[in-house]
Amino acid sequence: MAHDTIHVPNPDVEPLKSARLAGDATETDVESIRRRTSVFVYEWPVRLWHWVNALAILVLAVTGWFIGSPPPSMQIGEATHQFVFGYIRFAHFAAGLILTVGFLGRIYWAFVGNHHARQLFRLPLWNRRWWSEVFYELRWYLFLEREPKKYVGHNPLAQAAMFLFMTLGLSFMIVTGLALYGEGLGAGSWADRLFGWVIPLAGGSQALHSIHHLGMWAIVIFVMIHVYAAIREDIMSRQSMVSTMISGHRTFKDDRPE
Amino acid sequence: MKPRETFYDVMRRQGITRRSFMKYCSLTASALGLGPAFVPKIAHAMETKPRTPVIWLHGLECTCCSESFIRSAHPLVKDVVLSMISLDYDDTLMAAAGHAAERALEETIEQYRGNYILAVEGNPPLNEDGMFCITGGKPFVEKLRHAAKDAKAIISWGACASYGCVQAAYPNPTQATPVHKVITDKPIIKVPGCPPIAEVMTGVITYMLTFDRLPELDRQGRPAMFYGQRIHDKCYRRPHFDAGQFVEAWDDENARKGYCLYKMGCKGPTTYNACSTIRWNEGVSFPIQSGHGCIGCSEDGFWDQGSFYDRVTDLTQFGVESNADKIGMTAAAGVGGAVALHAAVSALKAAQRKTQNDVSEEA
Repeated sequence: MAHDTIHVPNPDVEPLKSARLAGDATETDVESIRRRTSVFVYEWPVRLWHWVNALAILVLAVTGWFIGSPPPSMQIGEATHQFVFGYIRFAHFAAGLILTVGFLGRIYWAFVGNHHARQLFRLPLWNRRWWSEVFYELRWYLFLEREPKKYVGHNPLAQAAMFLFMTLGLSFMIVTGLALYGEGLGAGSWADRLFGWVIPLAGGSQALHSIHHLGMWAIVIFVMIHVYAAIREDIMSRQSMVSTMISGHRTFKDDRPE
Repeated sequence: MKPRETFYDVMRRQGITRRSFMKYCSLTASALGLGPAFVPKIAHAMETKPRTPVIWLHGLECTCCSESFIRSAHPLVKDVVLSMISLDYDDTLMAAAGHAAERALEETIEQYRGNYILAVEGNPPLNEDGMFCITGGKPFVEKLRHAAKDAKAIISWGACASYGCVQAAYPNPTQATPVHKVITDKPIIKVPGCPPIAEVMTGVITYMLTFDRLPELDRQGRPAMFYGQRIHDKCYRRPHFDAGQFVEAWDDENARKGYCLYKMGCKGPTTYNACSTIRWNEGVSFPIQSGHGCIGCSEDGFWDQGSFYDRVTDLTQFGVESNADKIGMTAAAGVGGAVALHAAVSALKAAQRKTQNDVSEEA
């Protein structure tokens, strides 16, 4: 057996016997099976959070856009019987609160879940090696490295981006969003008492609306890069990407050690 | 020294009947959001407590606060509160002028040390040692500090005193500074607005007289009873907002129907004031009712929040006229282009490598 494999093979066992006899699996397929491995990375609460979060962000961005630039006036009925803009705002607030609860749940899971669940909240900024890996990954994206490395959880560059745009970005949007929500709930409401201090800090309600709006664009840009990188890495990296966020398993395409 | 007159004494001297006086008390109680049980309390305070002396200073301002104040809806309110103030010191409204006026100021400070309320309209410019606003031969900031030293409390009338208003708008060449940033050791109540509503002004004074303390203030130091809600929260056009029926252009059909002015840049949703409930000029109207959006005059730095007619604020920090959407969309388009380019290069690189591998396998 080759000494550069990380697998301990079982040469006596014939894999995929029936599939081979039925003409489905070939010799190459069997060889591939012996080389591939998978690690369980994302537990179900992490995956559930990811997709709920994604859906909430989609709803929030679309309705948020409409709150800033309302759709053309509609004359369905008298104002008493029509609630178009009200429903748009309702969807925004509902999605915002779902995102908030989800984020709190995700923080909780960072404490009780496996150690991959903590990656989003902890950057090893003092670790020199981590930084060199960030730059390695950056060079890979700049086409300066022939091949990416294998990672179980996030690669260091992705981890930094996640921390910046999700951990910090979502926190920012939640805090500013709830401060604005408190304006509607009224003085003395829970949102006003917890987050109302943000309004004078931002220099007034209108200014806070503006920076909340800019935050939306930051997240939209993150989503574009995130989706692109996930699909690209799924094709070009040495491990699974998209399916990992569905099944939780990270599959490696080769058995080389690094 | 003869005992200080009460409000009631002053009113009766001016020929106001007791019936009218009681009407004033009920009106004020409801304006302050107090129940009927408070009407006799207000009446009692007015009848028994000596008038609170008020010194009214004018800094860098336009006198619109005073103009608003003397137009208070209930004629009695004006009579009551004005007689109280003009007796002490207000260089714009008082009969005396020059040295006589300045002497009145000193006498009031001397006589009521620690007991008078200092009402400030306008603000002090601090640049060039305060030389941009001279009153009575001295920089206003000196007069303000002098009068504030022995005041019981300070009322910051209007956007100027509360936040700085137009003279503090970027680039603020005179360094006009709101009162609370100059006087830091006194209780300050902010009554913002350009100008504030007359009934709000008289209401605040009446509350302070009746209960001998500041009204409940919100986080920014404004009386919560008048600034606890946005214009938007009580706007009579709010149903059109919720329905999604907006004025799309000035003088369009929707404007004639009185739809919501949100798209025309109305700042009602971001402005805390009582215009939509108390309204102006004896409750006749307020800006939105006359078809123009709120400009947010009672908000901090409203001159620097972009156009009065934009929903999404222009961000002049970026040098050109731009707003969150334009910046966001430009950035998103840039990133989108970069992503597409990156994807194309990735595909080419992969194809190139595959060809090389094929060639090396063949060799």
